[in-house]
Amino acid sequence: MKEFRFALKNTIPIFFTYLFIGIAFGILMSGAGYSVLLTTASSFFIFAGSMQLVMVPMMTSGAPLLSLALMAFFINARHIFYGIGFIEKFRKMGWRYPYMVLTLTDETYSVLCSVQYEEGLDEDKAAFLIAMLDHLYWVCGSFLGACAGRFLQFDMRGIEFSATAFFLVVVVNQWRQYRSKLPFLTAIVCALGFFLLLGKEYFLIPTMVTCLASLLLLRRLIETKEGIRDE
Amino acid sequence: MNNTVYLIAVIAVIAVVTWALRAFPFLLFGNRPLPKTIQYLGKVLPPAIMTVLVIYCLRDTDIGQFPHGVPELVACTLIVILQILKKNMYLSIIAGTACYMIMIRLV
Repeated sequence: MKEFRFALKNTIPIFFTYLFIGIAFGILMSGAGYSVLLTTASSFFIFAGSMQLVMVPMMTSGAPLLSLALMAFFINARHIFYGIGFIEKFRKMGWRYPYMVLTLTDETYSVLCSVQYEEGLDEDKAAFLIAMLDHLYWVCGSFLGACAGRFLQFDMRGIEFSATAFFLVVVVNQWRQYRSKLPFLTAIVCALGFFLLLGKEYFLIPTMVTCLASLLLLRRLIETKEGIRDE
Repeated sequence: MNNTVYLIAVIAVIAVVTWALRAFPFLLFGNRPLPKTIQYLGKVLPPAIMTVLVIYCLRDTDIGQFPHGVPELVACTLIVILQILKKNMYLSIIAGTACYMIMIRLV
């Protein structure tokens, strides 16, 4: 029970983001004529916000499955990098392991890498509940949007900024935790560089790959600063 | 193709691609002990990834056109200052988002 309260407390920011973006997705799907059941099912199985929002207009124009598969690959390729920090943690989690892997979204990833587990807490259980609650918010949002989209006509423009706000808060906290600032600076330089070079549609994946390569090159420097160099 | 069948096929295809991407690093290393390099990356990638994600979220900001990214800049500055001074995640997120939502309506 205390794990549940802990997970709830740590996912409140995600609750707002996922609920409202989920509602937006549900409204879009019902507007395109898809049933509540399938809309909810797509959120349950896919659970990838930006891809789901992109897939609706693509489906309306009858895009071939191959184009949708390629789009999913490019939009979600960043997820390849998320697992790297959680391989050892997740694989000890038994029956929860596959679920943790398949529901690792941007938001769940950022909660899991910033959360400070309290004393006496079952960490695996708490991490599982965090992933599950995020998933639930997203599915519920889509369901609500699909059922009652017409009655939910609030002007929620800008609510998606809550995700940006959350990520920024995580970065501020990490900035204080990490003695070496090189991971942050590398990320800023790579991201801005590729943004200017390739534009907003294509900069993400080259940025991630270059960050990874640069961090490998800077390993000695960063490890010395972090005090984790063991020779 | 029937619309329902099409949607089911789309869900299946997108889910499989997304799952494969998420599972990739786990499948790659299986149950073997992790190489030191990967352990190192597991420690230093999170701050880099989160920084990139923030920039990625702000990618639609058009500095060349009115309002020149001012709402984003003000909201982000507010979030950073609040988080440093008050260290309260909820306060920073709510204040920052509210500030952004108000500003995009006013300008």
